[in-house]
Amino acid sequence: MIRDPKHEQMSRGDLEKLQLERLKAIVAYVAEKSPYYQRAFKERGIKPGDVQSLKDITKLPFTSKLDFRDNYPFGLLAVPMDEVVRVHSSSGTTGKPVIAPYTQKDIDTWSEIMARTLATAGVNKDDVLQNAYGYGLFTGGLGFHYGAECLGASVIPTGGGNTKRQILLMQDLGTTVITCTPSYSLILNETALEMGVDIRESKLRVGVFGAEPWSEQMRKDIQGKMGISAINIYGLTEIIGPGVSTECPYQCGMHIAEDHFLAEIINPETGEQLPYGETGELVLTTLTKEAQPVMRFRTKDITSLNPEPCECGRTHVRMSRITGRTDDMLVIKGVNVFPSQIESVLLDVEGVEPHYMIVVDRQEGFKSDYLEVWVEVSDDVFSDEMQKMESLEAKLRAEMDSVLAIAAKIKLVEPKTIARTEGKAKRVFDRSELPDT
Amino acid sequence: MRIKQVSVFVQNQPGRLLAILEVMEKNGINLRALSISESGEFGIVRMIFPDAERGMEALREAGFTARMDWIVSAEIPDTPGGLLNNVVKPLSEAGVNLKYFYAATDAISKKTIVVLKADDLDKAEQILEGI
Repeated sequence: MIRDPKHEQMSRGDLEKLQLERLKAIVAYVAEKSPYYQRAFKERGIKPGDVQSLKDITKLPFTSKLDFRDNYPFGLLAVPMDEVVRVHSSSGTTGKPVIAPYTQKDIDTWSEIMARTLATAGVNKDDVLQNAYGYGLFTGGLGFHYGAECLGASVIPTGGGNTKRQILLMQDLGTTVITCTPSYSLILNETALEMGVDIRESKLRVGVFGAEPWSEQMRKDIQGKMGISAINIYGLTEIIGPGVSTECPYQCGMHIAEDHFLAEIINPETGEQLPYGETGELVLTTLTKEAQPVMRFRTKDITSLNPEPCECGRTHVRMSRITGRTDDMLVIKGVNVFPSQIESVLLDVEGVEPHYMIVVDRQEGFKSDYLEVWVEVSDDVFSDEMQKMESLEAKLRAEMDSVLAIAAKIKLVEPKTIARTEGKAKRVFDRSELPDT
Repeated sequence: MRIKQVSVFVQNQPGRLLAILEVMEKNGINLRALSISESGEFGIVRMIFPDAERGMEALREAGFTARMDWIVSAEIPDTPGGLLNNVVKPLSEAGVNLKYFYAATDAISKKTIVVLKADDLDKAEQILEGI
């Protein structure tokens, strides 16, 4: 169901008009109210009147996570503290947390955006929605909660954890929609099976999953195992929390709430704006936020935008599944490559295990003219015949070349050569970091 | 005769063969024959032990990538033309292609042990049984 046809089905022309109107207003607003943007505009000699078209947004400076950190906690706040009714925050695992203050109007806007998001995902007021996102500082819990209430669904605010109770409530209360991280949905399913419960036979029909990167393969897996439609959503604490974009049941990209967020794709190296269809870093500007509006936030997420009309009838652009983070990106002889792409090429070769590392020779930033991929030789791929070992090497090299269009040197190494780490493995090494290669 | 051979994957670096032989010594495993073939940055060490299973277990336990394969071995006289007439010529005439081959000679018994892998291992075994 389309909750807000006026905005969700606006012609691209009318939408751009609305965006420009809102952009001009928010630029004037931050220039007047936000100490951070007052300073940033002044340093660059920017006047609110410089923005006369959507294209003029490129005159504005980018805002990065670092700017939030340097201006912690309230340097970007544009209203007096007494107008703030709630404060959320990021986990701060990579440094100081990002503080996200909201006015009452922001909470109302966000609730409406989340209600629309859930409706887009296929949820309606008759649904029983079990919200297993964490409640608290994290935007996920309350963001979904308020959105679902605004939509009129019946909310069960279980929050994360206590998986057995989740399954019990899901059965007894007739949950039809689950909201959580995609990885937690798999844990729910496993626990259900251990308890002798087949979720496919329950009333559950939709899962709205976000807050972590996941793959199309994982979606298929979840949909098959749980018998539900698994919908991908996207959001960031810096921008608003969940609600920036969501898939519709056609599952062909996430519709960005463009009446509230202006999206750009840039070349992460040069900062240059890229046309629709090209892959680059997503940059977002909030058009309607009051407490803490953000201009041109560099998300570091890699995606592309598709403005073609969607079968669902919505006109808002669709962003593709996040394929990587700019932090992980490598540019090998001018070709953009992510470690995840290299991994998938390796794993497509039978018997090759995900124990690999990537060696580059970075002269500056993420550029390298050199790429070496170390692959551990498992018992499965090892042969006593040299010819077979050489052809394994050649096959890996050819796959890299044909799938990624990069010339990689493949180095077969003994098991345990590559350090094992718990959690996120370090995959990319600079040649200078290695003692002897 | 068909016997089992153990192969180990090694990086082409000083000390790797040493590491393999240390495993053998530590486990009290005797080595009957050994060959190394190398290709740039890595190599394959092939070995014959009295007890192939034990040899392979010891190597895997020490963290090596190892495998066991059936190969053919034969004992031939250590005389001029011994290898030519007893092994290479009959195999060649039968159209058997060799994948790899190595040999060790015992000076006292005047016998040479040859170890080989061929595209048609059954045929190779049959031919060498006749020596």
